Amino acid sequence: MLQALADGILTGAIIALGAIGLTLTMGILRFANFAHAELITWGAYMALAAVSLLGPLGGPIGPFSFGLPLILGTIAAMALTSVLALAIDGLVFRQLRGTSNHLTLVFASFGVSLLVRMLILLIFGGAATYYSNTLQIAIPVAPGLRLMPDQLFALGLAAVLVVALYLFLQHTRLGLSMRALAENPDLTRVNGVSTARVIRWTWIIGASLAAVAGVLYGLTVQLRPEVGFHLILPLFAAAILGGVGNIPGAVIGGMIVGLAESFAVFILPPGYKMAVPFLILLAVLYVRPTGLFAGTAGAAK
Amino acid sequence: MSGFGIYLVFFLIIALNYGIMVLGLNLQWGYTGLFNAGVVGFYAIGAYGTAILAGPDRAALIGGFGLPFPLAILGGMILCALAAIVVGLATLKLREEYLAIATFGIAITIQLVALNFESLTGGANGLVGLPRPFIDAFESTTSYNLFFLAVVACVTGLVYVALEAAVRSPWGRLLNAVREDEVAARSLGKNIALIRLQAFVLGCTLIGLSGGIYVAFIGFVSPLDFLPILTFQIWAMLIVGGSGNNAGALLGAIVVWALWTMSGLAISRFSPVGFQNQAGAIQTMLIGLLIVSMLIFRPRGLIGERATVSSHKERGAP
Repeated sequence: MLQALADGILTGAIIALGAIGLTLTMGILRFANFAHAELITWGAYMALAAVSLLGPLGGPIGPFSFGLPLILGTIAAMALTSVLALAIDGLVFRQLRGTSNHLTLVFASFGVSLLVRMLILLIFGGAATYYSNTLQIAIPVAPGLRLMPDQLFALGLAAVLVVALYLFLQHTRLGLSMRALAENPDLTRVNGVSTARVIRWTWIIGASLAAVAGVLYGLTVQLRPEVGFHLILPLFAAAILGGVGNIPGAVIGGMIVGLAESFAVFILPPGYKMAVPFLILLAVLYVRPTGLFAGTAGAAK
Repeated sequence: MSGFGIYLVFFLIIALNYGIMVLGLNLQWGYTGLFNAGVVGFYAIGAYGTAILAGPDRAALIGGFGLPFPLAILGGMILCALAAIVVGLATLKLREEYLAIATFGIAITIQLVALNFESLTGGANGLVGLPRPFIDAFESTTSYNLFFLAVVACVTGLVYVALEAAVRSPWGRLLNAVREDEVAARSLGKNIALIRLQAFVLGCTLIGLSGGIYVAFIGFVSPLDFLPILTFQIWAMLIVGGSGNNAGALLGAIVVWALWTMSGLAISRFSPVGFQNQAGAIQTMLIGLLIVSMLIFRPRGLIGERATVSSHKERGAP
């Protein structure tokens, strides 16, 4: 039971990091980006590429399975994932932003998700891989609860990032512009805020968090090209559960989805675990479509 | 019949059957502006529903009602409609994206049920050895396939004619009105959510029909026939042919299926041994590339939607 709780929180933290970026794009750019989850896979594999280049820089640090190469690799992955997100925006989404039917963007993101997934499969192959082959010994944290040092690191990093982002949005000018654009795009533009700049930073922040989520997933589970595809639904469920555009909501939504997936094995056969986010999503849409904490963009029309 | 002729018959059966699916999707997206991201899920419901209803009684499995195929396919379509209602009621009053997300979710869930609910779906093995309708009346596979092609062509034709009539009716104009200007349609007292639900459920039922016909043709169902790539293929067919045009939907089904099978042949012939996985990835990327580039450079598709003009203008009145 305690173990399921810990696993659920860890999965939830990874979903939360992805869902923050998704809820930002859904709130600010106003479309459901099916390709967002592929940024997670992309980030994870970019870090893998960096680790294989930087390998000689050092072995594992302390109790962790990774060292300096993965830390630098993560930073490189954040940059490279931001580049991909900006490239996709420039090549595809910006071309379509003016079209009358805004679902065209959703459609395009659906096609882009397939492209990115297949590109990763093409470059890195389909087999599951890991950042390191070092075996980790789980340390008993409490009676009936064992955790790997890597898992504790993942949780700590996710928590730090969430707090940092929250402070950024509340206390910086750019953060204020982002919240304003999510709230009322026309009024924001009238007040002289450069929307192009805000959109650019929305992509960079969302993509960087997605890259970190990918690295943490690769570190605590494994790397596969389908990672993102399997995360699409949990991310959407978390973002909608928390209220579209609502960052603390996305974090709590991610935690709920992660915990529900983890505890579902007590009720459902393990094969149905991936259906849990869908059931949560349906329940939210039927009962409280604005999410637990009403979002800025307003779900109900 | 030559080898090519035999293959052409087989190709057309599959392409026209996909055409039914594209017509269903066109009703949703082309006419009403609904994004269904889980085409394959509804296709699978139709297929599995048909297989369970038509299959022979088997001790280890639930189902096996041995119904005649037309009834079994109808049953599969009803199951599809029910699933569409569950998803539609949850989402169609909300932001438009929510339908996309929920349909994506139901497709994943259906795939899990197909793989894991072994006593109903046969799990990873699927359901094999289904009776094939009227097979005894034919001497060779070739003549049977020709017969089946005629049946599929008739069904596709009927669906086409019915949809053409529907979209030209007042109801069809209402679909367009909902797509183009929801506020205006609502201000005229139209129930937007209900119209959306009707178009969505009807479209999904057609997708289920296609799944049922597929099962009748190949005589088994396996989870491998219902991979997520199918959703992308059907979307590519619609956007290439021209959404908002039923003839375009059928044209797209044939063109894209021809491109897909030919690129598959070319890749399997020219790709070096040991690179088949990468070759498959390239083939799939082409579908994604097709979707994205059509959306950007030629959103009308090959044929595209006819411009709506006043009937007075057509008559040449001032």
